Amino acid sequence: MKDLRERIPGVAVLVALLVLWELSVRLKWVVTPTWPAVSTVFETFWQACVDGTYLQVFGSSLQRLVIGYLVATFLAVAIGLAMGVWRRMYLLFEPLVELLRPIPSPAYLPMAILFLGIDDGMKVFMVAFASFFPILLNTVSGVRSVDPVLVDTGRTFGLKRAQILWRIVLPAAAGYILTGMRISLAIALIVTVIAEMVAGNSGIGFYILSAQRSFLVPEMYAGVIALALLGFALNKGFLALERVALKWHEGWNAAAA
Amino acid sequence: MKFDADVLPEIAVEGVGKSFGAFTAIQDISFEVPRGRFVSLLGPSGCGKSTILRMLAGLIAPTHGAVSFKGAPVGEPPPGMVYVFQQYTKSLFPWLTVMGNVEFGARSPHAARRGRPAGHDECMETLRLVGLEKHAASYPWQLSGGMQQRVAIARALVARPEVLLMDEPFSALDALTRESLQDLLLRLWQELGLTVIFVTHDIAEAIYLSDEIVVLSHAPSRILKRVAVEIGRPREQLATRESPQFLAHRRALYEMIVARQEAA
Repeated sequence: MKDLRERIPGVAVLVALLVLWELSVRLKWVVTPTWPAVSTVFETFWQACVDGTYLQVFGSSLQRLVIGYLVATFLAVAIGLAMGVWRRMYLLFEPLVELLRPIPSPAYLPMAILFLGIDDGMKVFMVAFASFFPILLNTVSGVRSVDPVLVDTGRTFGLKRAQILWRIVLPAAAGYILTGMRISLAIALIVTVIAEMVAGNSGIGFYILSAQRSFLVPEMYAGVIALALLGFALNKGFLALERVALKWHEGWNAAAA
Repeated sequence: MKFDADVLPEIAVEGVGKSFGAFTAIQDISFEVPRGRFVSLLGPSGCGKSTILRMLAGLIAPTHGAVSFKGAPVGEPPPGMVYVFQQYTKSLFPWLTVMGNVEFGARSPHAARRGRPAGHDECMETLRLVGLEKHAASYPWQLSGGMQQRVAIARALVARPEVLLMDEPFSALDALTRESLQDLLLRLWQELGLTVIFVTHDIAEAIYLSDEIVVLSHAPSRILKRVAVEIGRPREQLATRESPQFLAHRRALYEMIVARQEAA
């Protein structure tokens, strides 16, 4: 109850801004076709929800996002484990990672188009490439933060290297890995939209850009709002999963503090 | 829990030394531990007791010399030996419940090589043995330090070891908890016919628990003396600690360790 009451001011700001938007059109403070009333935008939004436009638009975007993201997660965790455990592996890949990591992902989009074209393959690659690094770096840090006593415990019970990695190092580093995955989820959404805007003819990025180009102004705004809701839902969903997976983590942290 | 009695475990340490770079931690140490014995390694902090124990366990390799267990040289940690760490908070798996931690020991590769692995019921029985049957579903970090170390001991026992290697297991606990765990350990040792090698810097603890005490010097560590503790069993916190033999051992060991420390 108290939690709910604490949220009131934040929600009030949101509502106030929407009301201001509506008033700005109704009272003719702003008169231009590029600034439709918020009620018009929501009507368009609702229409697109009901007639299945968003289902199709987001369907293709989410498919690219999820595939790219899962590929990135799998590779980043595997390589991150190896780099965290074996110093040689770390020294081998560290300079490459440090050089590639700071490149803003849109910068290699033209190259990706040259090699992979403008279809799904390119977009999945873009998403995977951009999502890869935060997960990789967090996995490496997570593995390095695993207490050697845990590893020795595995050894004294006769676990082999691979078993120690799978049964001890991986769960012990899970907190770090999931943090990396959460950062990458936001990045994956950004890159999906950018890639769709630059090339191709489907997905939410393409939808927003083509709405703007065809002067379907309310559709453009509605698309952005839909995207905001999707991003919000993805993050909340991830946090819920994280809470289940790391049920032990919170109490353990509190006990260690 | 019953163990096979046909093979005699015996640990032999022959001319073992350990250097870290230019620093010699252990000079040249030899001793052997017969089956069923309770032996303590006693020495001042930083004298390399834990390093010796880690070499016995196969967790680190000696720079020279050799450790053997039942006649076979120790390379990787051998089945039949379990190491119990001082830092129970770091050694228990925080993502597993108390029962999960114990079952980890029961399903470990070493347990599998010691006959039919302990099932859920035997894990529960072992938890009862250490007085934690009501906490099976808790997470280790929800328990007190003494309880956590008991979980670690239960986890070690279900792997059916012949030898327990214990690295200052009670040093982080308060005095009362420490004494109750000492008695628990002695009970388990006798009931299960274990061999225990116990590292401590607490003179009274070493005397109270052991058949024999190996007294170690400062680094570079070597054996100052091997003391046979001639106090009958069962031992009892008040009576044993007040007995003249106990006090005499205490005085002799104190002089041996503290006098040297002051001279150094």
